[in-house]
Amino acid sequence: MSFAENETKTIAGIKFGLLSPEEIRKMSVVEITESETYDEEGMPIRGGLMDRRLGTVEPGVRCETCGNYVNLCPGHFGHIELARPVIHPEFAKNIHNILKATCRSCGRLLLPEEEIKKEIEKMKRLEKQWIMLKYWEGEAVAKKAGQVKTCPHCGAPQYKIIFQKPYYFFEERDGVRVRLMPTDIRERLERIPDKDLEALGLDPKNSRPEWTILTVLPVPPISVRPTITLESGLRSEDDLTHKLVDIVRANNRLRENMESGAPNMIIDDLWDLLQFHVATFFDNELPGIPTAKHRSGRPLRTLAQRLKGKEGRFRGSLAGKRVDFSARTVISPDPNLSVNEVGVPLDIAKILLVPERVTEWNIEELRELVKRGPDNYPGANYIVRPDGGRTDLRFVRDREALAETLEPGYIVERHLRDGDIVLFNRQPSLHRMSIMAHKVKVLPYKTFRLNLLVTPPYNADFDGDEMNLHVPQTEEARAEAELLMLVQEHIITPRYGAPIIGAIHDYITGAFMLTRKDTLLNKKLLSQLAYIGKYARELPEPAVLRPKKYWTGKQLVSMFIPKGFDYVGSAKACFNDERCSQLYCPYDCNVIIKDGELLSGVFDKKSIAAEEPETFLHEYVRVRGKAEAAKLMDTLFKIFIAYLDITGFTLGFDDIDVPEHALKEVEKALQEARKEVDKLIKQYEEGRLVQAAGMTLEQTLENEILKVLESRVSAKASEVLEKYGKKSGSGFIMAFTGARANPINIIQMSIALGQQTVRGQRIKRGYLRRPLPHFKPGDLGPEAKGYIKSNFRKGLSPTEFFYHSMAGREGLVDTAVRTADSGYMYRRLSNALHDYYVAYDGSVRSSEGFIIQFKYGEDGVDPSRSDHGRSVNVDRIIKITVSTRTKPVEKPIEEEKLRAMVEGKASYLPKKVRDELIEKILSSRLSEEEAEEVLKKALKEYREALVDPGEAVGMVAAESIGEPSTQMTLRTFHFAGLREFNITLGLPRLKEIVDLRREPKTPIMYVYLTGDYAKDKNKALELARKMELTTIRDVSENIEVDYITTDITITLDPEMLEDRGITVKDVAKALSKIKGKKGKIEKVEGEKPVIIFHTDIDDVIKLRRMYERIGNIKLKGLKGINHALIREIEENGEKRYMIVTEGSNLAAVLSMEGVDTTRTVTNNIIETANVLGIEAARNLIIKEMKSVLDEFGLDVDIRHLMLVADAMTFTGKLREIGRHGVAGEKTAPLARAAFEVTVKHLADAAMRGEVDMLKGVTESIVVGSVPMPTGTGAVKLLMTYEKKEQKT
Amino acid sequence: MVKKSFNVLEHELVPQHVLLDKKTAAAILKKLGLKPFQLPWMYESDPAAKAVGAKAGDLIMIIRKSPTAGVSISFRYVRRG
Repeated sequence: MSFAENETKTIAGIKFGLLSPEEIRKMSVVEITESETYDEEGMPIRGGLMDRRLGTVEPGVRCETCGNYVNLCPGHFGHIELARPVIHPEFAKNIHNILKATCRSCGRLLLPEEEIKKEIEKMKRLEKQWIMLKYWEGEAVAKKAGQVKTCPHCGAPQYKIIFQKPYYFFEERDGVRVRLMPTDIRERLERIPDKDLEALGLDPKNSRPEWTILTVLPVPPISVRPTITLESGLRSEDDLTHKLVDIVRANNRLRENMESGAPNMIIDDLWDLLQFHVATFFDNELPGIPTAKHRSGRPLRTLAQRLKGKEGRFRGSLAGKRVDFSARTVISPDPNLSVNEVGVPLDIAKILLVPERVTEWNIEELRELVKRGPDNYPGANYIVRPDGGRTDLRFVRDREALAETLEPGYIVERHLRDGDIVLFNRQPSLHRMSIMAHKVKVLPYKTFRLNLLVTPPYNADFDGDEMNLHVPQTEEARAEAELLMLVQEHIITPRYGAPIIGAIHDYITGAFMLTRKDTLLNKKLLSQLAYIGKYARELPEPAVLRPKKYWTGKQLVSMFIPKGFDYVGSAKACFNDERCSQLYCPYDCNVIIKDGELLSGVFDKKSIAAEEPETFLHEYVRVRGKAEAAKLMDTLFKIFIAYLDITGFTLGFDDIDVPEHALKEVEKALQEARKEVDKLIKQYEEGRLVQAAGMTLEQTLENEILKVLESRVSAKASEVLEKYGKKSGSGFIMAFTGARANPINIIQMSIALGQQTVRGQRIKRGYLRRPLPHFKPGDLGPEAKGYIKSNFRKGLSPTEFFYHSMAGREGLVDTAVRTADSGYMYRRLSNALHDYYVAYDGSVRSSEGFIIQFKYGEDGVDPSRSDHGRSVNVDRIIKITVSTRTKPVEKPIEEEKLRAMVEGKASYLPKKVRDELIEKILSSRLSEEEAEEVLKKALKEYREALVDPGEAVGMVAAESIGEPSTQMTLRTFHFAGLREFNITLGLPRLKEIVDLRREPKTPIMYVYLTGDYAKDKNKALELARKMELTTIRDVSENIEVDYITTDITITLDPEMLEDRGITVKDVAKALSKIKGKKGKIEKVEGEKPVIIFHTDIDDVIKLRRMYERIGNIKLKGLKGINHALIREIEENGEKRYMIVTEGSNLAAVLSMEGVDTTRTVTNNIIETANVLGIEAARNLIIKEMKSVLDEFGLDVDIRHLMLVADAMTFTGKLREIGRHGVAGEKTAPLARAAFEVTVKHLADAAMRGEVDMLKGVTESIVVGSVPMPTGTGAVKLLMTYEKKEQKT
Repeated sequence: MVKKSFNVLEHELVPQHVLLDKKTAAAILKKLGLKPFQLPWMYESDPAAKAVGAKAGDLIMIIRKSPTAGVSISFRYVRRG
């Protein structure tokens, strides 16, 4: 449906503004005066809301304005002349700001003339730099002018203007509140001169402020609010129509009353009613007024609601579009497909179409397809003639004849065929590997089939998962998909630069079984397996000749590794005893591949698995390339599971069996532990338990019990499993090779489940003083608090089962909560970063033209082309050079010479690589020629690792942080070295960092000391004491207020006083320093010193406030530091002390004597920015994010973190990732509106007359078809097409 | 308690800040082909900017220790505020 078929134009930008009453009237085709919509015959009433001149939505009816039918009539606006002006509710806040900033009588901006001129000049300057600066300056000017009390132009006094949500304005004239009616406001706004509006950052040409007070209301065309005809023939009007009816009715009533001279009271009431209806027409969720409801009680969905939120116009229809040429069905596995393939059901292949242009080379083939028609696969469903006409082959009688009419230039829409490129996707699409291109393989049955090896990037399994498939429709799209999106192009993830596609589960088990030392294959089996791997060369010499020919599994593997390939690594199934360091480890854990021969070592997780860096697979991809790696997966990896298929592999009951006496041993350990626990409980009851710092006595006890259980029972269980477990059992094989599960799971199956925890603690909630009624109240023993001594093999007792389900439920709840949290964080990250791209000079820029980084990741390397983060693998280059050495080294290169060489020839390399090269070339004593060769190779490797211009590095960074954040399980707290402090970890901490919380939930400082303070424990302790904040409350036993005598009595705690080194005098002194102190201080000596503060405050509230203030009075220490503990550290082999504090005050701590001002740090980012500057804050953001991710073992390339930190700091001020920061400060109003608070951004854009130049990603998507700044959209043709043509 | 002043530039979190003279600054901008406001910004009030005595309109070269490149150079344009 297009309105102008022959003319296409590109949108250069979108200008926002306000409609003036004249414009509204001009674009209107009809004034709406009638509140009725249809007459008795069901015909639209002229002048009513369904007037035919407003356009048509019924098929077969011509529009009275443009004469077109539904498909061509765009709809036309009408208007309502309002009897009295009303306020547009979305602009109320803006109106308030302008009213405050301008004079009530002369309408000038409340600033002196020259200042106004200066501001206008400044705005012009700022506009060129960053338009947001102009708007903020405008806001600042408004704020400043709002403070002025008398007009500098006419001298009129200004009154306070009060705005009451949603649209009431009052003026406080000498203490009397006077309502400002819309007419008054409009008059004032009209008086403001254009120049003064410019000084407020507004655009008077396109949006005069008085236009926000409506005198004419535009009526949207019917196509915006179509009538729905139900099956019963009943007509149902759109919510907007209902609202408009209300407005017309209220307006007519108001006019009638005004004309008949009704009393002002009534007129004002009707005016308010009209205002209400107009307000709810725009926004039905305004605060302070009731929502307009439908007859059924459902709230009306009016204009603002249509735009807002996830399902609103912006996020639901403009940023996210529905598409054709797609399919969705259940997925199932098929190891016989290539990793690059996808199995597509025949039924789907007959519906999804690929348009193919007829040429003289394919005409015969396409004719054949046309003849076969829509029902016979492979066939075709449509023919498109060059004039655009379509023929549906379903309704063609004689397809043979039609096929003959085909000519070059026609387009045949044929069925999907083997080899076609399609996009395959599984939600949630958390990273770019969630949508990859596959080659079609049409298969019977109803499911999509995929190779198991591509399961990790999609995070797919086959328990009912569904996936989506899209067919690219243009040659360009197909080419991009195949070259950039094909599965093999994504074997290495940009998140950490290692394979994400690789062996899982049975592939690993199979590889292990096959490559074990004792695996011998006879000729039949070997041939069979080799055939499965499509091996088509000669078989190698068998390793065993007599009595029969046998080949080892390693030989079979070697058949698929090309000559010249070397690799050295270790296996996971290694028990790390001293024998492993020898070449011939009993567990065969030294994986050595030399010249394509697997000489030693078993293949397991550490050699071939997905999501593992520095493995054989990783090395293979790096050295042999992506295509070869994909081929290896289609051949060798297939053999791994085939071997398992043929030889059989199963987990039996006896695999998890341990002898009875072994279980007895564990039981005995439990008995002993119980005794110990009893002892602890006794100690606790007798008060002999030593309280640990920072914990209550109860917590200490719990902690100790948990420790006992862990050290005695859990340790025993592992020991027993080690001793009696069936090592050759399948369970063990899977756990130790890393195929699935871990030893704990085996313990749980064969020995005992162990302690169940909820929120990291033993089960404690439930009945009074006991979790379940099966136990005695107050029982703190292992069983009563969730220790499970049964195992899965035997089965659980009812209480155990219940405890287990409690812990299990926590896991489920946590996952559910986390996905929402991490999803939102990801959304904010991606909205903040998605239009950062690599420019052609290697810098990272935003679509607004700012430099975010001068060189991406500081070395310009694409993490997905790096070797686990490194740009150049110097070790490998040297190793290869050495191994291909033809003659012995006569004279190793001298350091001087090498240095000169590196700085000369290889100066292009980053310093880190250059240093590494020098160091390693020297230590491996290479000759000069060899060194030269190494440098050449290093340069080549570095160049190949560089990012491509256009790469959407911002989006990649957002994905690389967002995707793993989902995996951060539980453990929100962790001890920071000393177990006294908890620090926030995981998702909450990550959120804190990107949200830029003013203060972290757990602020902490690491204070390093200098000189004697670092060496002497006492001095360190003394310093720690000095830091700790001590308030009056800390040293008081009790603080009381007497409201009658107005005395505040402070009873001090002598013990605490001593502990903190504070005297009664100090307290009194601190009290005497209270600002605005009233009253006198009296000290009363006694067993417990008491200070009475006689105040003469008679106001109860003020007295109460004073009481609260007294408790917080600082006696000693630094504000914010709640606790300071010393910790022993080792530095250069010497014992040193440092201070760790709970709470943070960087500036004050750094000013203290004895503090090392070069290393002392806090985890508070904002504080760091204030004290040490923006660059320090940048470093801290990177450091903190890295440490959170490391804590969970999540590997994320540091370049992604750097980009986030740079996005947050490049403006010189810290900006959060989100609504109030990076994502909310974009210049493009469409991008801001599509993110959050849609309506506000649109209103502001209109008020300021903003222009969206459609440069960013969101804008391109919203508008459609404008090329994006990122990816292949970054490529521009710098040639004038016409000129070239004239020449030829 | 003895109040002690400290140099922010010596702190391990703070990379080396070098205040560039006008001539060098202009040369660098020309080489990069950028207008000063397109560079990352920094404010006069920033502790590190104060420590090197930068005024609005200056260009500061920042030499960072980089985990990826070893050494990395960046620039910031100093603004009023």
